[in-house]
Amino acid sequence: MVFLASFAAAQGGAEDRRSGYQDMGAALQKMQDDDTANPAMLFVQAGEALWKQKAGASDKACADCHAAGSMKGVAARYPAFTPGSDRPVDLDGRINLCRTTQQKAPAFGPESQELLQLSAYLALQSRGLPIAPPDDARLTPVRAEGEQLFKGRQGQLNLSCADCHDDNAGKSLGGATIPQAHPTGYPIYRLEWQTLGSLKRRLRNCMIGMRAEPFAYDAPEYVALEAYLMQRAKGMTMDAPAVRP
Amino acid sequence: MANVLINAPKTARKGETIEVKALILHPMETGFRPGTNGTMIPRNIIQDFIATWNGIEIFRMRMSPAIAANPYVSFFTVASESGTIRFRWSGDNDFSAEGSVTVAVT
Repeated sequence: MVFLASFAAAQGGAEDRRSGYQDMGAALQKMQDDDTANPAMLFVQAGEALWKQKAGASDKACADCHAAGSMKGVAARYPAFTPGSDRPVDLDGRINLCRTTQQKAPAFGPESQELLQLSAYLALQSRGLPIAPPDDARLTPVRAEGEQLFKGRQGQLNLSCADCHDDNAGKSLGGATIPQAHPTGYPIYRLEWQTLGSLKRRLRNCMIGMRAEPFAYDAPEYVALEAYLMQRAKGMTMDAPAVRP
Repeated sequence: MANVLINAPKTARKGETIEVKALILHPMETGFRPGTNGTMIPRNIIQDFIATWNGIEIFRMRMSPAIAANPYVSFFTVASESGTIRFRWSGDNDFSAEGSVTVAVT
């Protein structure tokens, strides 16, 4: 049984992978599916306004460079290398890169409202698309590092991400179902947070749960973990911006 | 600027019961939570939510600190005449927000 399950996972059988959406209750699924009940859509609205707002010394808005609709699929792709960078960035990092180099404006702070609003606006445009990490050899070592982080034990409880999300996914941790940790819906409106949060916040949250010290906000480890998780969830459908319990 | 999402059917038959949903962005800070520096974060909640249909009040709700952030209110009303449903939220720190939706009743 265990052999069969791991064999199927090695074959990349998409039917064995479950998104957090499938693991949550019907009421929450309904809340997410209804765009007027999904609180993340409030952030999308604000993000759309921000997208069109001029900023920085170059007095340009995102919309001045990027045509409407050109951001389709972008959120399903990152983390990725961008031209002229020697390390990959996640979507939030990419937004800030544009902000500092193109708009010549100060970068948004980590988990700031503006950053979440913009990333929610971008994520919505990839809703329904398959997760498509770029076919880039430079990302291979990054993903390997991410995998190592995912499978390595850390913290006072001596747990790894894989202990819960690979070995015990589908079982309960307290009253909650342990999901398989596929990042299909980020940024998510997490009811426990009562606000929108990024994948980075989710990762920090898990690290605190393992009683490990979270990496600094700008640490490359997050990007490596995200790159591994996106590769792991390759082909799964994006349902961002999602609602999660 | 307040950020609201309102959902009501665009058309309804006269006498039909319709569901109206209203969602608003608001922190609903309880006033019982200490901030990072140890001092209490002052209360900041929405106190009243009122909906009117062509000026006539159809729904009123008094909110409490126990209500989660970004409150989502759903209620039912009978469609009697074409017009505008106006929503008004008001609360602490002179918070005030408005939204509206038009319903054609046939």
